[in-house]
Amino acid sequence: MNPRRALAAVWDFVVGDDWRLALAAATAIGVTALVGAWWLAPLVALAALFWSLRDGTPN
Amino acid sequence: MTGAAAGLALSVFLASAVEAVEAFTIVLAVGTTRHWPAALAGTAAAALVLAVLIAVLGPALTVLPLGVLRVAVGGLLLTFGLQWLRKAILRAAGVKEKHDEEAIFRTEATEAAAAPETPGFDGYAFAIALKAVLLEGLEVAFIVLTFGANQHDVGLAAAAAGAAVLLVLAVGLALRAPLARVPENAMKFAVGVMLTSFGVFWGAEGAGASWPGGEASLPALVAVVLVAALAMVGDVRSRASVPAVTG
Repeated sequence: MNPRRALAAVWDFVVGDDWRLALAAATAIGVTALVGAWWLAPLVALAALFWSLRDGTPN
Repeated sequence: MTGAAAGLALSVFLASAVEAVEAFTIVLAVGTTRHWPAALAGTAAAALVLAVLIAVLGPALTVLPLGVLRVAVGGLLLTFGLQWLRKAILRAAGVKEKHDEEAIFRTEATEAAAAPETPGFDGYAFAIALKAVLLEGLEVAFIVLTFGANQHDVGLAAAAAGAAVLLVLAVGLALRAPLARVPENAMKFAVGVMLTSFGVFWGAEGAGASWPGGEASLPALVAVVLVAALAMVGDVRSRASVPAVTG
């Protein structure tokens, strides 16, 4: 397997269908590191999930 | 056993059982339509690769400082958990097709029967079984390593995964049929909730936040994520105008 295909496979395995959720996970932890408030991580994660579902649902 | 250790064991057991059911369906399809020894050899080869992966990476990960490990692994687990939960919510709301092991079995068996026969050892059955077990097993290995390394108990995580795989194998081989009655979608929903909760907990802790009550806040966090996920099922279902799925 060439490196590009390997990277694509890893990306697909970890990040999956919606890259914004991976970004939200990194943001949740990054913002928590800056502010130090425990409630920020679940709030950011669940809000991101909510918006991802809103975008992914056929109306 | 602490609450976190029990949560670890339960999460790994459920995730492993779900993946084992999916892999078993494919191995059963190629085994019954093609050649059992080749299908079992492919299964054993994949299991060996996964065991070596866990045995090598497990101790290596536990050497990392706990703070670094929790940020990195918590972040990965949260990413992974949110993806699982998103799919599980879409399935529970009736927007995404649910896993149907009997349909998958029929498709795999039809394809296996149509593939050309080879004299001697059946390379097709070996390759399909190897690929199925390796792909499904990689998710299990990832969960075993992340949960196990964070709790400094890769052994417990590996034991939980092994118990789930053995249980699925025992029931599956006894029935000689796809395990269609396993509540796979509900289990995936539960795993998504657990992965997300543990990812949030460890990621935030590694980033320097202090949870009120320490590990005692984990059950409350799991409950919050579960309630939020169930509310999102209702929201998705109502907006998609899909009739309620019962059972």
